[in-house]
Amino acid sequence: MTRIDSTAQIPGGDLESGLVAHQAYTVGGMHFRYGPSRLQGEPWVLRDVRLDVAQGEILGIVGPNGSGKTSLLKLLAKLAVPQEGEIALFGQPLRSLSHEQVAQTVAVVPQDSPQLFPFTVAETVLMGRFPHRRRSGWSLGFGWEDREDCQAASQAMATMDIAHLAGRAVTDLSGGERQRTMIARALAQAPRVLLLDEPTAFLDLQHQLGICATLRRLCDERGLTVVIVSHDLNLASQYCDRVAMLKAGRMCTVGAPAEVMSVEVLRGVYGCEVLIDAHPQSGLPRITLPRQGMPFRG
Amino acid sequence: MMPAARHPTPPTSPLTASTLSAGIVPSEPPTIADDRPVQDSILTPSRWWRVMTVLSLVACLLGLVCLQVGTQYIGVGRIIGLFSSLPFDRPVDERMVDTTGVILFQVRLPRVMLGFLVGSCLASVGVALQALLRNPLADPYVLGVSSGAALGVAVAVLFGIGATVLALSILPVCGFVGGLVALAVIYRMAATHERLPIHSVLLAGVILNAIFSALIMFITSIMEPNRSFGMMAWLMGSLTAPAYPVLAALSGYLLIGLVLLFKHVRVLNILALGEEPARSLGIDTERVKRFIFLVSALMTGAVVSFSGMIGFIGMIVPHAVRLVLGADHRLLLPASALVGGMFLMVADTAARTLFVPSEVPVGVITALAGGPFFVYLLVWRKDRLA
Repeated sequence: MTRIDSTAQIPGGDLESGLVAHQAYTVGGMHFRYGPSRLQGEPWVLRDVRLDVAQGEILGIVGPNGSGKTSLLKLLAKLAVPQEGEIALFGQPLRSLSHEQVAQTVAVVPQDSPQLFPFTVAETVLMGRFPHRRRSGWSLGFGWEDREDCQAASQAMATMDIAHLAGRAVTDLSGGERQRTMIARALAQAPRVLLLDEPTAFLDLQHQLGICATLRRLCDERGLTVVIVSHDLNLASQYCDRVAMLKAGRMCTVGAPAEVMSVEVLRGVYGCEVLIDAHPQSGLPRITLPRQGMPFRG
Repeated sequence: MMPAARHPTPPTSPLTASTLSAGIVPSEPPTIADDRPVQDSILTPSRWWRVMTVLSLVACLLGLVCLQVGTQYIGVGRIIGLFSSLPFDRPVDERMVDTTGVILFQVRLPRVMLGFLVGSCLASVGVALQALLRNPLADPYVLGVSSGAALGVAVAVLFGIGATVLALSILPVCGFVGGLVALAVIYRMAATHERLPIHSVLLAGVILNAIFSALIMFITSIMEPNRSFGMMAWLMGSLTAPAYPVLAALSGYLLIGLVLLFKHVRVLNILALGEEPARSLGIDTERVKRFIFLVSALMTGAVVSFSGMIGFIGMIVPHAVRLVLGADHRLLLPASALVGGMFLMVADTAARTLFVPSEVPVGVITALAGGPFFVYLLVWRKDRLA
């Protein structure tokens, strides 16, 4: 199994030929903190973050708790606006795009949260079609879904293996089923960029694998760009084209897993020792937590 | 196995806003997905029409029953006779051929209609507030919006805006302002917390209710005794037969409010999913929230100024309707409006017939039905309130 992981081989990584058009995101010198801008005392959540995301790649964002991973994802989705610096989505400044336009291009799968209202799974997935609704003044906001919407939803549900849950209420789902429903909703949104926050946190092994394989396939076949925030370093190593490591709001390192997943880098970012060897199948770095009190051989 | 060329040829034309929005997923051949399961488990227009037709018919029948019952029983035949034998182009007085006609057209009909309007108004506001605050226990009465509106009206009455024609248009506005104060407090709370816990909203409602009630008590205590008695009766919630112009004014407020809410039913669906998902789907959540809060305050203000504080309808009815018909606000909102109307119509009929010759304030009946239900939800369905 050969994998092409280096950034140089991604189309558009070439500076000469239209860099801008092939970059899904260009983030330059971005500073961000929560709260109104008059609160100058608030610490920066993200400081001087520079990041390029190529179209069609899977980028993993990893880092310790509170390092700003989720905030970065929110900024990419325009759910928050940076105080300084610029984010460009396919060459267009995010500031100049309306929320509506962003929603037609970027889909977000937030961290899992329990649902209160018994929408069915199918209804929830269909909500992803909202940015693509037809607007007609006299329909009083009803906007019934048409055939195309239902097709897209069924497709997304089949992809996420939840077609059999269509009529179940989201309040009755298990965490993993709910997570897959939310990913299906994002897929029904027909995005060019998919942002996921801890997508595998509640999933069993089979569905973790399933989702990673699906994301890989969507990237390969349709040029979908995926940004995943994850705590799972092995998932990041095996399935991401590149990995970005955040520490305390700063971008430590960005690169192919084989380059950045080293004992030294991880010690610097997480402040602890890990064992790294090669994955028996892919040869990519495999990270193992050491056991306390046993001789350490990194 | 990964193919060597993993990426499709990137677009060569410069990106514009329109190419940005070009989708990817639905461009697959549509024959692949069988959308039958989806069609079966969502709200379709045909199901919407079926449910709404049935509910409207039931509402009409219930209305007829409520018209029959009272101190004097009026048979269905008599009612239909009175309605049909007298042409409506003649003035109302000429229809009052006998006492039965007077009872029907001047007492019962306006009262039943007022009950229906007030009930549907409160239930619709309940639906909207529950979706906005993602809180299945939200209700204009529980959150203190009703008492805020009542305070507004009480202040207006204190300064002498009484039973004049002018009052018809001014009292609802005073109620609107009062309700808005309560909602503004809740909105501020909701704005400072990412995800407002259900119980803190309820606590805010308890405190707002306490403050507003104290102020209302203060106002009633400095009023002349005969006026303060009327005030107390109104506060407990009553649907004493209004004049037809009053009814027309209230239906005006209700209709405007309902149309404005209907414009947002699909947005309400998505807001119920969560604030951040809603924003990532392109909804300007702050604008929508402010707007819905305004409409809710307007509708609550109008209702309270006409019928006092009638509680819990905005919580019970949406809950029950959601259990039976599902959570989609496209059906939930209009169905709750109809069911809420029916509920209050029946509750008021009970209020005026159960303890003849005395009459119970209808607010007492709804509180006695709604309070235990509220406790049930809070204690036994805790798992659902996460």
